[in-house]
Amino acid sequence: MSLYREVAVVLRTYKLAEADRIVVLLTREKGKVRAVAKGVRRTGSKFGSRLEPGSHVELQLRESRGDLELVTQAETVEPHVKSRSDLTRLGHSAALLEAVDQLSQVGKPDPRLHDMLVGGLRVIEDRDPPLVVAAFYLRLLAHEGVSPELDRCVGCGQVVERLYWAPEVGGVRCGPCGGGRNVSPESLSVTRATLGGGLNAVLDLPDSSKTHDVESLASEMLELHIERRLKALRVIHNS
Amino acid sequence: MSAYADSVQDLIDAFARLPGIGPKSAQRIAFHLLKAEPEESRNLASAVTAARERTRFCERCFNISEETLCSICVDPKRDSDLLCVVEEPRDVVAVERTLEFRGRYHVLGGAIDHLQGVGPEQLRIKELLARVGPEETREVVICTNPNLEGEATALYLNRVLDVPGLIVSQIASGLPVGGDLEYADELTLGRALTGRRLIQGEST
Ligand SMILES: [Zn+2]
Ligand SMILES: [Zn+2]
Repeated sequence: MSLYREVAVVLRTYKLAEADRIVVLLTREKGKVRAVAKGVRRTGSKFGSRLEPGSHVELQLRESRGDLELVTQAETVEPHVKSRSDLTRLGHSAALLEAVDQLSQVGKPDPRLHDMLVGGLRVIEDRDPPLVVAAFYLRLLAHEGVSPELDRCVGCGQVVERLYWAPEVGGVRCGPCGGGRNVSPESLSVTRATLGGGLNAVLDLPDSSKTHDVESLASEMLELHIERRLKALRVIHNS
Repeated sequence: MSAYADSVQDLIDAFARLPGIGPKSAQRIAFHLLKAEPEESRNLASAVTAARERTRFCERCFNISEETLCSICVDPKRDSDLLCVVEEPRDVVAVERTLEFRGRYHVLGGAIDHLQGVGPEQLRIKELLARVGPEETREVVICTNPNLEGEATALYLNRVLDVPGLIVSQIASGLPVGGDLEYADELTLGRALTGRRLIQGEST
């Protein structure tokens, strides 16, 4: 079976037998790959910390007939030192990895998704802005082709003064069409800016009730899209 | 359709559900027992039942115990103001084997794991915070696993153990004895450097 090299981000890991782990990788060129890393849980493992969730690595992999490949070498591409020694960063990174794990598929390469994840993890390592997870989720939705409609009522298509949040129909809705949850025009405009050209300004916003609102909007939309609850955000809010 | 008699298949399935045992090993253990003297199976069965029925969690530290309080918690020779926090009861055994620690323990019952949805409220952290005052704890030694989840747990404990006068320390994570420096990953080597100890002169 042939050996090949790939750049990848470790999305998650599972324990296997005594000291091994299954690592779920998002490679740049091959999409999601599951591989076995032997002996990685021993404290003297040659892979050390390189194959933990969030690690950005260059790997040598051995192809196999089954659906599990074998990791034969691992080198760090970008170390995320702060993202491991700061609880907020660690949680934010996990929130990104969880979403990408849900959206990526074995056998469906998606270099753009890989690059978005690498970029997101880099922003967390560098400055970890409060809206980094929300912004990432909104951009993921756009990448999936399911951006929320934020400008006109999803029901009648009209641009009206008062719009409500109705994620189950994919965006905002006017009162006569059924309405939804109250959401401030400021939160909607931050959400719009994230999806438009205003990402950098959005990432400069300090933590506030507005940024919390935007995070809820983004995570609700994503949860509806993947049809399951996101676990990492809940842990972040409880810790 | 299984190739084995139902009772044999049940046995294999039961072993296969145990941690670290794959289907092949489960089969091997099952057939070993069936080939051995009936005595061996009876001994195994009664050891499992006895251990399960006689043990519970220590009410103070949540280590596995046969009494309300475990043997470490009732040992008067132990320093009662020194607490070592670990993830699982097996970690108590690992630390005890070093013969280096003379305090008491607190077993969390797991680690914070964002990807599995395990938050602090699912661990025995409230119980830890409730011990620190009454037991007049001087130092808490955080001894979680040196992996991402153990690290997250240590960071959270450091955040909530903000008690005046309390010392919070964390075991040094460094290089494995017997390993070569050149094979160390960046993070491990970095940690080993940060946690270096002085062997001559004065610290700056
Ligand atoms: Zn309408
Ligand atoms: Zn005890």
